[in-house]
Amino acid sequence: MIMSSAVAQAGVSAQHQARGRSSSLTRSRVRAAWLFIAPSLIVVTLIAGWPLARTIWFSFTDASLNDLSDYKFIGLENYLANYDGEWFGILIEPDWWHSVWNTLWFTVVSVSLETVLGIVVALILNAAFPGRGLMRAVILIPWAIPTIVSAKMWSWMLHDQFGVINDLLLRLGLIAAPVTWTANADTALWAAVMVDVWKHTSFMALLILAALQMLPQDIYEAAKVDGVSPVRVFFRVTLPLIKPALLVAVIFRSLDALRVFDLIYVLTSNSKDTASMSVYARQQLVDFQEVGLGSAASTLIFLIIALVVVITLAAGRVRLGEDPR
Amino acid sequence: MKLLARTGFWLLVIVIAFFALFPFYYAIISSFRTGSALFSVAYWPETFDLSNYFAVFERQPFGRNILNSIIVSGSVVVLSLALGITAAYAFGRIAFRGRSLMLMTILAVSMFPQVAVLAGMFELIRSFGLYNTLPGLILANLMLTLPFTIWVLTTFMRELPKEIEEAAFVDGATPWIVVRRVFLPLMAPAAVTTGLLAFIVSWNEFLFALTFTLTNERRTVPPAIALMSGSTAYELPWGTIMAGSVIVTIPIIVLVLVFQRKIVAGLTAGAVKG
Repeated sequence: MIMSSAVAQAGVSAQHQARGRSSSLTRSRVRAAWLFIAPSLIVVTLIAGWPLARTIWFSFTDASLNDLSDYKFIGLENYLANYDGEWFGILIEPDWWHSVWNTLWFTVVSVSLETVLGIVVALILNAAFPGRGLMRAVILIPWAIPTIVSAKMWSWMLHDQFGVINDLLLRLGLIAAPVTWTANADTALWAAVMVDVWKHTSFMALLILAALQMLPQDIYEAAKVDGVSPVRVFFRVTLPLIKPALLVAVIFRSLDALRVFDLIYVLTSNSKDTASMSVYARQQLVDFQEVGLGSAASTLIFLIIALVVVITLAAGRVRLGEDPR
Repeated sequence: MKLLARTGFWLLVIVIAFFALFPFYYAIISSFRTGSALFSVAYWPETFDLSNYFAVFERQPFGRNILNSIIVSGSVVVLSLALGITAAYAFGRIAFRGRSLMLMTILAVSMFPQVAVLAGMFELIRSFGLYNTLPGLILANLMLTLPFTIWVLTTFMRELPKEIEEAAFVDGATPWIVVRRVFLPLMAPAAVTTGLLAFIVSWNEFLFALTFTLTNERRTVPPAIALMSGSTAYELPWGTIMAGSVIVTIPIIVLVLVFQRKIVAGLTAGAVKG
């Protein structure tokens, strides 16, 4: 919704341009276009396309990090293999599936909380009150703080012995004994969710706020005249109207959450129980030097994320600004 | 009833502001406390001891780490903008075959999980002899910034009226002159926005910086903070970690507050990256 109107305009003006000009000028402009795009195209191919292709290739080999030039092709063995009736490979590796589960759980819980809280914050920022500009600046601060710094700040606040959160909860009588937030696998993922919600709710709120500010005001005035309750107006009018923007925001946040690395790596100190998919893959690749296995995990992560993108695009509700020509 | 609603509203505003600000406030007061003072919880600033701020520079090459981060992020911004503006002109203003497909591919690249290119990028950086160097990190970080720079700049470029360049073409200007003389000045606000976003992404980048550097002197700020340790195994390094965190966060917060409107515009303009 945010971008589709701009895209449509651009498409129309491009057609006008194409018609209204002599063909030699058009040809020279098309040549120039390719010239202008070439450097970016080369760089993107070199640093994104080629490494991705190599990662996929490595997943079919027994490469090790010590010497990346010395490897042999082993087919699908990194994924699944059978020796003497016993199965090997990442696809039957409990640690891998555990990391997949952790990542999915983290994504669903944190993005849901961010969406609900983001709507609340956006509605507040959409109301006229003194200090609104200041408030908008305030909620941007968590977003601006580097993830590593947030993770360290929260690790300190969540410290089991000297942390301010345990102290606060003890004083309020909400817990009887200090909680080992980040060391315990049950609470560590909740801790990660807490930090992620703290950091990213403002992002969600700003995207929703942009959508709210584009809504026509006369609907609300009409509702007010008819005496419809604000709660009803929100669910019947506001929510359906901001749904496209909301979906775009949810998709971008989910894609981000699915590749979570920094936060979980720092907050839960690289532990096996709380590893996300990205943490698992890097551990295989770098800590255990198993480039083959690590690449297989990376390839699976790529496929999972690509699948999520394809499903959401195929659902057809969200058009990520394709070019209507 | 009305009074109740107003009180509730302001209570909510206060709770949100508290939740947003408290962690950073707590990091600041912790950074002024040293030794055994850190073993007790304090809610108000009691001491103003700068020794953590000196310690963070003495115990590790933190000044060097900050310089590294500035070099890497600065270069990434310049390269992304230089490549992005020229590409965005072509994508945004010229109709040619394969344009939509290429734009969609570039958008897809901006959704790549970083870890999916890690092994291939490691090989690439090593084969260029760039392992444990700053150019290696610059190259890797471009993968994160270039796609969304092109995408956002293209969105901005499309919104400019078409008459602008037509006059220049009638006067016989070449496309390159049009980009430089006509679009570059017009794109300045958009370039500031995307440049800032690229700077923040690169300044905060952790996975590549952790994997492609080996020695303390070559690290950027995020891995330096993540790997900070105390002077002895028994000392809690939290005071110095908080001091380091405050030092590297304040410039970013200032940037964000100064350019608040531009950043919000950039985030909502199209390609959104957290």
